[in-house]
Amino acid sequence: MNDKQLLEELLNKHKAGTLKPADRYNIPPQAMPQQDGVARRSNVEEVALGYNETQARLEALRCLGCKNAPCMEGCPVRIKIKDFIVEIVEGNFQKALGIIRENSLLPAVCGRVCPQEVQCQLPCTVGKKFKNVDMSVSIGRLERFVSDWGRKQHENSTPAVAAPTGKKVAILGSGPGGIVVATDVRRAGHDVTIFEAFHKPGGVMVYGIPEFRLPKAIVQEEIDGLEKMGVKIIRNFVAGRTKTVKELMEKDGFDAVYIGVGAGLPMFMNIEGEHLVGVYSANEYLTRANLMKAYDFGKGADTPIAMSKRVAVVGGGNVAMDSARTAVRLGAEKVYLIYRRSEKEMPARVEEVHHAKEEGIEFHLLRNPKRIIGNGDGVVNAIECLKFELGEPDASGRRRPVPIEGSEFTIDVDTVVVAIGNGANPLIGQTTDGLALNKWGNITVDDNCKTSLDGVYAGGDIVLGAATVILAMGQGRTAAAGINEYLAKK
Amino acid sequence: MSHKILSKKELCKDVYIADIEAPLVAAAAKPGQFVIICLQTTYSERIPLTIAGTDEKNGSIRLIWQAVGKSTAEFGHLKVGDELENVLGPLGKPTHIENFGTVVCVGGGIGNAPLLPIAKGMKQAGNKVISILGARNKSLLILEDDFKAISDELIIVTDDGSYGRKAVVTVPLDEICQSQKVDMVVAIGPAIMMKFASQTAVKHNIPVVVSLNTIMIDGTGMCGGCRVEVGGQTKFVCVDGPEFDGSKVNFDLMMKRMQAYKKQEQQALEEYKHKCKIGLDK
Ligand SMILES: Cc1cc2nc3c(=O)[nH]c(=O)nc-3n(C[C@H](O)[C@H](O)[C@H](O)COP(=O)(O)OP(=O)(O)OC[C@H]3O[C@@H](n4cnc5c(N)ncnc54)[C@H](O)[C@@H]3O)c2cc1C
Ligand code: SF4
Ligand code: FES
Repeated sequence: MNDKQLLEELLNKHKAGTLKPADRYNIPPQAMPQQDGVARRSNVEEVALGYNETQARLEALRCLGCKNAPCMEGCPVRIKIKDFIVEIVEGNFQKALGIIRENSLLPAVCGRVCPQEVQCQLPCTVGKKFKNVDMSVSIGRLERFVSDWGRKQHENSTPAVAAPTGKKVAILGSGPGGIVVATDVRRAGHDVTIFEAFHKPGGVMVYGIPEFRLPKAIVQEEIDGLEKMGVKIIRNFVAGRTKTVKELMEKDGFDAVYIGVGAGLPMFMNIEGEHLVGVYSANEYLTRANLMKAYDFGKGADTPIAMSKRVAVVGGGNVAMDSARTAVRLGAEKVYLIYRRSEKEMPARVEEVHHAKEEGIEFHLLRNPKRIIGNGDGVVNAIECLKFELGEPDASGRRRPVPIEGSEFTIDVDTVVVAIGNGANPLIGQTTDGLALNKWGNITVDDNCKTSLDGVYAGGDIVLGAATVILAMGQGRTAAAGINEYLAKK
Repeated sequence: MSHKILSKKELCKDVYIADIEAPLVAAAAKPGQFVIICLQTTYSERIPLTIAGTDEKNGSIRLIWQAVGKSTAEFGHLKVGDELENVLGPLGKPTHIENFGTVVCVGGGIGNAPLLPIAKGMKQAGNKVISILGARNKSLLILEDDFKAISDELIIVTDDGSYGRKAVVTVPLDEICQSQKVDMVVAIGPAIMMKFASQTAVKHNIPVVVSLNTIMIDGTGMCGGCRVEVGGQTKFVCVDGPEFDGSKVNFDLMMKRMQAYKKQEQQALEEYKHKCKIGLDK
C-alpha cells in the first residue's frame, strides 16, 4: 500500500470514529524530506524540504488529541496544538493556520527553528508511549507545513489595523521580538516605527541563522507584511547613538519604546592565540556569510571571508552547528566541532546535530581548546585541545566536564570559529540613564516586560541573554500587550 | 533614506573628499566618531570611515577616504548627485575634549581627516594646538590649509623631503616634547605611525590618544571583528573606542589582523580596475 492509499484508509476510519489510539501508534512517523547530504555541502539552499500534503496528514493522524494536551504546556506561546493538528487531518489548512496565528505570528520561522524536542514534543503522549521523544508527533514540521501552505496561497493576510490613536511607538531592533511588538501594537492603531541598526531588517534571522536553515525570503515576507500594515522601518539607525531613547521620547514624541536589540559582544575563551588572523567569533563568521553573502565573494559580493580548508568550531549550540555547516558550504575540506561536554548536553536542536553529522562534520566531544597556535605571520596554524571527562553535576544540573591532565593534542586548522555565547549589547545601557540592568548587563523587566523607565519595554535576547526566537516572540507579545494597555491609559 | 553626494573632489591621487547627505548623523556626530557606509544593500561591503566634519544646517557629513580596495575605489568613482544606500552612525565614543593646556596633534597620511575635527575641538576648548602632519611626499599631503587655520603651530614633514622637513612625524614630536611642556598627544594615521608616536609620547611621560581603524562589520558591538588588545584585555573598537590610550594598544597584533584579507582584497581590486578599464562597471 502506498502512502496515499494508507492515508485514505486511515481517513475513512477517522471519519467513522473507529480509529483507535493503537491504530494511531502504528502509523509510521513521517520522515522529513531533505536535500541529499553530499549535494547540499556545496549549496546554500534549504536542507529540510517540508512535508507534502499526504505526509502532513499522515503525521497529523498520529496525534491522539489528548484531553489534557501536554504538548501545549510545552509551548512557550501556548499554541492550540491539537486543534490545529486535527484541522490538518481534515484538510482544512486555512483553519489550521488561523489557529496557529492566534498565538504565534511567525509560524514559518518557528516551524523551522524552534527546539521542539525540548518544548512541545518533549511531553507529547505519543513520544512518552514509545519512551522516545523522536517518536513524538512532529508538531514543528506540521506547523511548518501549514505556514508554507499559507505562503503558497498568499494566505498570510495582513492583520486589520484599528483606527489611528495618534500615539507613537518606537521599536528598537527588528528581530523576532521587534516584529511581533510592531504587529500587535500597530493592530491597536498606534503609529509604529522600527529603528534597525543594520541595513537589512530581521535581526538574527537574517544575519545569524543561515539560508540553508531559514530562507531569507521568509523573513522578508514578514517584513513586507509589516510595511503593508503601515509600520515604518528606518534602517541604519543605531539607537543610543543616532538618537538616544530619551531623545526619541522627549524630542521626537514617541509615547512608548520597545527595546529588542538582541545579544551583543561575543564571548571568547581568553586563551592564547585568540587574536590570530583566522580566529572568528561565530557572529562575525555568520554575518559575513549570511548578511554580506560572502559565499558569493568574487561573484558579486564584496565582503571577503577566510577561504578555509580546515576549520575548528568551538561550541555545542545552534550557533556552533550553523558555523560548522557554513564552513562546509564555503568549501572547507575538514570541519571539526569541539565541545567540552558530551552530545547529550549539546544545546543545539537535535535535527541540526543530525544534519551536521550527515554533512561530514567531525565531532570532538569532551574536548576543549587550550590555545590556538599561529605560524610566524600571526595566522592560525593549529589548535591545541585538552580531553575532558564528566564529573559531578554543576549548578545547571549537567555533569561538569573536568580536564584530564596531560591529555593535550593538536589538530591542524587554518580557521577557528568561537561559538560559546554572547554577552549583552552594551550600547543602550550605556546611553540610557536610569535603565536598570542586571549584573551581566541585560535589561531587567517586570512580568509585563516593562523596564525601570515608564513607557519603556524590553524583551528578547537583551533581556534573556542569548535565548530563542520563540521566547523573544513570547516576550514581544507580552510587551505589546503592556504597551497597548499603557497607551490606552495615557 | 538615501544619501546623496552633495559635493566631491579628489584631494590627491586616490584620496577623495565628499559631503554626503545624512541629516540624522550630522545632527548627532561629535569629533572622533565614525560612520559605516554601504554603497548598495545586497552585495556591497560595509566600510567604516571616520567623520571628517559635519554641517548640521546642510544636514551633511564630510568623509575623506583613500581608494585602497574595491569598495573604496568604487565609492571614489561615484559622482555628485549619486546616492549611497546606507550610512550608519555616528558610531563609537566621541573624543574626550577639554582644556588640557598644550595638545600636539599628529596626523599621518589619510589620518589627517579624522584628526581635523579633534584638533578643531581642542582649539575651541582653549588648548594650544601644535599640529604635525606627515605624508610620503608633497602630492599626498592633505588638509594643510585647514590645519593651518586652527593650529598655533604647524609642522609638515615628508618622507622624501619634497615638502616641509624630510623626516618622520616622531622626529619633530620628540623635539617638541623635549623643548616645551606638552599635556596631551593625539596621533591618528597608519598603525605603524601611531605605534611610534605613542612610544615617543610615553618616553616623555605624556598621555597619548590614538584612533584605531580596524576591520569592522556591524559597528554596534555584535560581531567582535574589530577586537584589539589594549592593556592585555580584549576591547571592541566600535563600542569601546575608536580612541584608546596609545601606550596600551598592542599595535603589532592589530597590524597583523588588518592584513587578514589582503590577498582577497587585492584580487577584488584588480578585477574591478580591469572591469573599469574595459568599461564593464556601468
Ligand atoms: C547563529 C544563530 C542561530 C540560532 N538558531 C536558533 C534556532 O535554531 N532556534 C531558535 O529558537 N533560536 C536560535 N537562535 C537565537 C535567536 O535567533 C534569538 O534568540 C532571537 O533572534 C532573539 O530575538 P530578538 O528579538 O532579541 O532580536 P535579534 O534577532 O537579536 O535582533 C536584534 C536586532 O536589533 C538590532 N540592533 C542592535 N543594536 C541596535 C541599536 N542600538 N539600535 C537599533 N537596532 C539595533 C540588531 O541589528 C538586530 O537586527 C540563534 C541565534 C544565532 C546567532
Ligand atoms: S501531546 Fe502529542 S498526541 Fe497529545 S495532543 Fe499533543 S501532539 Fe497530540
Ligand atoms: S564591528 Fe562588530 S563588534 Fe565592532
